[in-house]
Amino acid sequence: MDLFDNLVLGFSTALLVQNVLYCFVGVLLGTAVGVLPGIGPTATVAMLLPITFNFEPVTALIMLAGIYYGAQYGGSTTAILINLPGESSAAVTALDGHEMARQGRAGPALAAAAIGSFIAGTVATVVLAVAAPPLAAVALKFGPADYFALVLFGLIVSIALARGSALKALAMIALGILLGTVGQDIYTGTPRFVLGQRELYGGIDFVSVAVGMFGIAEILRNLENERDRPSVLDRVTSLWPTREDRRRIVGPIARGTGLGAALGVLPGGGHVLASFTSYAVEKRISKRRSEFGHGAIEGVAGPESANNAAAQTSFIPLLTLGLPAHPVMALMVGAFIVHGITPGPNVITDEPALVWGLIASMWIGNVLLVLLNLPLIGIWVRMLRIPYQVLFPMIVLFAVIGTYSLGSNEYDVYAIAFFGILGYVLIKCGCEPAPLLLGFVLGPLLEENLRRALIISRGDATVFLTRPISATLLALTVAALAIAAFPAIRKRREVVFAEED
Amino acid sequence: MRTSSTPRMIATFAAVSLIAACSGNGNGGAEGGDAAGYPEQNITVVVPFSAGGPTDTVTRMIADPMAKALGGKIVVQNVEGAGGTVAAGQVAQARPDGYTVLMHHIGMSTAPALYKDLGYQPLEDFATVGLVTEVPMTVVARKDFPPTTLADLTTYVKANSAKVTLANAGIGAASHLCGLLFQAAAGVKLQEVPYQGTGPALTDLVGGQVDFMCDQTTNTTGQISAGKVKAYAVTTPERVKSLPDVPTTAEAGMPQLAVSVWHGLYVPTGTPPEIVQKLSGALKTALADQAVIDQMAKLGTAPVAAADATPEAHRAHLEEQLTTWAKVISDAGVKAS
Repeated sequence: MDLFDNLVLGFSTALLVQNVLYCFVGVLLGTAVGVLPGIGPTATVAMLLPITFNFEPVTALIMLAGIYYGAQYGGSTTAILINLPGESSAAVTALDGHEMARQGRAGPALAAAAIGSFIAGTVATVVLAVAAPPLAAVALKFGPADYFALVLFGLIVSIALARGSALKALAMIALGILLGTVGQDIYTGTPRFVLGQRELYGGIDFVSVAVGMFGIAEILRNLENERDRPSVLDRVTSLWPTREDRRRIVGPIARGTGLGAALGVLPGGGHVLASFTSYAVEKRISKRRSEFGHGAIEGVAGPESANNAAAQTSFIPLLTLGLPAHPVMALMVGAFIVHGITPGPNVITDEPALVWGLIASMWIGNVLLVLLNLPLIGIWVRMLRIPYQVLFPMIVLFAVIGTYSLGSNEYDVYAIAFFGILGYVLIKCGCEPAPLLLGFVLGPLLEENLRRALIISRGDATVFLTRPISATLLALTVAALAIAAFPAIRKRREVVFAEED
Repeated sequence: MRTSSTPRMIATFAAVSLIAACSGNGNGGAEGGDAAGYPEQNITVVVPFSAGGPTDTVTRMIADPMAKALGGKIVVQNVEGAGGTVAAGQVAQARPDGYTVLMHHIGMSTAPALYKDLGYQPLEDFATVGLVTEVPMTVVARKDFPPTTLADLTTYVKANSAKVTLANAGIGAASHLCGLLFQAAAGVKLQEVPYQGTGPALTDLVGGQVDFMCDQTTNTTGQISAGKVKAYAVTTPERVKSLPDVPTTAEAGMPQLAVSVWHGLYVPTGTPPEIVQKLSGALKTALADQAVIDQMAKLGTAPVAAADATPEAHRAHLEEQLTTWAKVISDAGVKAS
């Protein structure tokens, strides 16, 4: 009964007064920075790291971890209420979540996100406790060829996921990939598309693109038809999902949790893939496929569960191998080191109280988050009633200050303006920003791993078919491509029929 | 693209508001540059890499004790991009009044060889304040890689140069430079596999996707002690305390492979010498601080000797490194732009 002993040890550590207190501080801060556009968990953890130098190591890590997964909750709130995903994983939540908010169903959307996140967080914590070492071993088996296949799979799936024309979605992904290539090529150092500006050598900042494409573009669109202002917000009466809603979210939460827990283990962008994949799966198997993009609660519950589960299991590579899967995890490595603990495979045996205490604290943190978020949702709803002439400049100001302070790079601010206008034009043309953002995030990974796989194999392209993981994923990609082709045809026929009616 | 650049924002957020709050009373007296009253306002130390990284960690470690010694406040600002050249370019243009200081690492000496149109010259545009620390590097391999010693490794990679892979953390990264030195010392040209940073590279090394690499002890010590990777040598003249069994490159028969990630503080040329001396003095005080020594030890490194935390020693080291790397990099035919 090792697991039981470990959990007892973990909870006895995590339930110490100061640990519960700092866990609460962490998740509260995390929610707040998740909600504020442009300020993310990585920044917060970086800033608070020095403050935690004087804490007990386990207390410090509990608080820093709380900020990270707390932000996953908070990020979905802004995505739903003002269509401004703070992190790439929340971009999916915005698709249907914000539609629901526009229809006056912000309450159930927020509740579905919170409930899904809580369930996913709880399950993923157990997964973390039980399966950490074997899962980490699987993650290590992923070589560059396998990553390439995985990313390709993600991109193809997202085409099927897009609203409307598959061709436009493909074009948006391609544009996103091109934007992602701006900056120095990591293999040769050659600057690409930098227009002679050294500030662009590091590439275009993700936050600028997200804030511009989702935030500013959305504001422009809202200003255009001011009368469309969702006065429905005033009719947000019930937070609690209806019985029908509850019935509809059970499956997505279960599947999202499974997907998220599995993909979260992968180093680099696991939680982004998790939420996109979950959305694709839900859309694919739903009987109400046409509702997706127009406020389907499954499209909120699934991805939210997936990204929260992934946030939890992304600690697996850190705790079992000492390898960071996310920038926040890299900062956590710093936190370990500062406290004299060298992260690595030995931590779990050398510091059991710390590791199990941290794991147990995540469950406590998830409970705190639900308590924090459901009552506090009222505040966020009230925030939305602020008149546009006050709210919009505030959002723009926050976004600009936040983005500038990321790297003190004025180009990041220009990028917000550029992508805001680009996003607006694209929306006007009936193109969705979500696939563009996905291409932008995954494109560099696709290229990097394709080239790395070929470098290691000395140019032998069969490596993608001879590695079992890669071959399986590529087969799935082909299947997804085939399936994606059919609804496109069917949809067109449906449109034709609709017009004939 | 940059997905991971979020770290600094709040740090700078705080910095901006601090500066805003303090500039009201700070500018009352002299127009900067008054050495006697220095510091009369906040000193900004610019870090050219992301918050949470090794350079940032070292800077934040010494910022407080330095500020205490100076009797002022130090604000750390992260300005990322182009291997640290964006930050260096900014500080080179800053007013030489001692209120803008640059923390930079070995990249200061390699950038002129790697980048064309750098926009600044390390020796002309900067005054050195002092060296801070030198982080040793290790030569490590996946655990089932056949060679067992550094000499074995050299023989092996020469015989198998067509299939051996050498990972690094990207163009101009310390691991890349160390890899170049190894190839020069061994007299062999290997297939290099660049990664975005040292974390993913080490992950693939542990996973056995690539054969071997050079990396800082801050990253490798844990994996070496746990037996997840095989260590051949450390690249400093002395062994590393946390890895007592790993020989130095000199002991292992390759003394040419000497490299460490050294850090130093700079101010723009034209900064009054008295101010440079004050900064250097504060640096020395900070480096003698037991808390700083302890924190650095945990990172697998140590403060430089007091004699090296001086403008003169730092300048001499910078000159020597500029020459070394200009040759290594041009021999290897590497260019970052």
